[in-house]
Amino acid sequence: MQEIQSLMGGFAIAMTWFNLALMFAGVTLGVLIGVLPGLGGANGVAILLPLTFSMAQQPGGATSAIILLSCIYWGALFGGAITSILFNIPGEPWSVATTFDGYPLSQKGRAGAALTAAFTSSFVGALVAVVLITFISPVIARFALKFGPPEFFSVYLLTFSAFVGMAKGTPFKTIAAMMSGFALAAVGIDTVTGQLRLTFDFPELLKGFDFLIAVIGLFGIGEILLTIEEGLEFKGAQAKLNMKVVIDTWKELPKYWRTSIRSSAVGCLMGIVPGGATPASFMAYGLAKKVSKDGEHFGTGKVEGVVAPETAAHAAGTAALLPMLTLGVPGSPTAAVLLGGLLIWGLQPGPLLFVEQADFVWGLIASMYLGNIVGLIVVLTCVPLFASILRIPFAIIAPVILVICAIGAYTVHGSMFDVWLMVGFGILGYVFKKLDYPMAPLVLALVLGDRAEDSFRQSMLGSQGSLSAFFANPLVGTITGVALLLLFWPLISKLISLARGRSSAG
Amino acid sequence: MEEKKPVTSMRVAELVMAGLFLAFGALVMWDSRRLGSAWAEDGPQAGYFPFYIGLLIVVSAAAIIFRALNLGEKGREAFVEWGQLRMILTVMIPTLIYVALIRNPWFDLGIYVASAIFIAFFMRHLGKYGWARIVPVSIGVMVFFFFMFEVWFKVPLPKGPLEAAFGFS
Repeated sequence: MQEIQSLMGGFAIAMTWFNLALMFAGVTLGVLIGVLPGLGGANGVAILLPLTFSMAQQPGGATSAIILLSCIYWGALFGGAITSILFNIPGEPWSVATTFDGYPLSQKGRAGAALTAAFTSSFVGALVAVVLITFISPVIARFALKFGPPEFFSVYLLTFSAFVGMAKGTPFKTIAAMMSGFALAAVGIDTVTGQLRLTFDFPELLKGFDFLIAVIGLFGIGEILLTIEEGLEFKGAQAKLNMKVVIDTWKELPKYWRTSIRSSAVGCLMGIVPGGATPASFMAYGLAKKVSKDGEHFGTGKVEGVVAPETAAHAAGTAALLPMLTLGVPGSPTAAVLLGGLLIWGLQPGPLLFVEQADFVWGLIASMYLGNIVGLIVVLTCVPLFASILRIPFAIIAPVILVICAIGAYTVHGSMFDVWLMVGFGILGYVFKKLDYPMAPLVLALVLGDRAEDSFRQSMLGSQGSLSAFFANPLVGTITGVALLLLFWPLISKLISLARGRSSAG
Repeated sequence: MEEKKPVTSMRVAELVMAGLFLAFGALVMWDSRRLGSAWAEDGPQAGYFPFYIGLLIVVSAAAIIFRALNLGEKGREAFVEWGQLRMILTVMIPTLIYVALIRNPWFDLGIYVASAIFIAFFMRHLGKYGWARIVPVSIGVMVFFFFMFEVWFKVPLPKGPLEAAFGFS
């Protein structure tokens, strides 16, 4: 049980007063970010990332920095549930399923029970995923140490194919958004040949597009524009959460242990696949509705209907860090921003991280346990405070958020051009949302573009330009095969349903 | 009634967006061709990878255009209504002016003063607040940010004449 020993070492690193204070600060900020419109996990972390530059340079500082940022992420995951239940506004896409039973519960005056159930099951889901990370990730990392460029490229291919395979609408919009991300990542100086690519003699484009700017604009400004278009006003239920309600709900929750286990499993499985948290929450809700003997009453305000999606979403959101840590492939936009943070702090994500930066990795994993406990305490005690923030009128909150986005974009490189670029990405984000183009693939491609291209080029060099490199051994061949299967899944499923339709007709 | 009228239909918006993707993909391919997108003696050239990226953008844009032309009923739905567009512009135009105010070739107001003006304008114009509420909120928020960035985290932001008068530049 070497993992337990490493984990204990991690706790020793994470359990300093400074790091615990950072956890509280991070979780509180994160919940705030999750509650506010226009700020979510991804762009909240992106805006705060530049503030950690100087922190990360001190010895052991990178661990503190990742603890702060990952706790913001946990906080944002918790925060999404608050707006869903009290205001019927999903703060994050994966909280949509929480509104189905959460909002009816709060209309019945049981907001406290819904919130307690949501927070507790979030905590359970996260805990299951962290245990999974603790024991599985060292195994995967050790396995991945043998990976060469073709294997890495096939993993990237798998990641991006998963987006296409799981796309809700037409796969072409996913591909167009994703490839635009790759193209934007290519802008600037080519690291191999030193040639300028796609810069068209604009000096501003020399350093390329920073994904942090894209994240802040796409998710921040775009979201604000959408909110304004709907002329949104927050009308919400009162939030009172006293100890009696919490304890009464906790007494009720063990009844739903089957739902919890099922949802955690769904969440962990889907979380490892990119973009998994949202489908995981819907899947868990659908499954619970089908299996539960109370199923037909789902949607009218059932605690079980809150437990299922929240457990799965939080498990998936946490499990998204597993491929990020072990392979350097993030499973969600927020995980991508965290990965970008590692790169900026000078850490190379991937299997070697477990060998070379063991303190960092285990400190982070230990902080996941602690951060979620801290998160549960913070949200259970501070709900009225966070709910009151939502009562601040939009005319004050909106300009302040726009100012925060502008400051966040400026601090990335200290460049005004980036602020303009951020506004541009904001308009793009608005159009993307309205026309159902997914944003996550664009962000992930922008983050991974250079690394994917490098691994592609190196594999091509190894095989003298033959694509057979991606089928050269059983391992890489299997990954590539699964990737291709996922990539063409929209086509395959259409063919299957066509064939079925024909056989049933004939 | 004017407010509910659509500015453009979904079909037009889909076509414009896909057209932009098509142009972007073509641009990427063209620039990759210029750099060389083939196989050199020492390996793939600089445009090798981006060329296929551009090609994929063009192909998927073409597919989206084909879909948009066959959208049917959904294609006639409003992409954005006039009332919505007006709301968006009342946010977008001040935002653009705000960013221009921070730093432009003629005058640097700095991010703190520009932000305070921006928040004040928003509260006045959209929220119809009295100055007794506007002044403390807009200035208070930016003073907080000033201390947070310049003093605690030591991350310098663009500053103008006001900050210079207090000895920060």
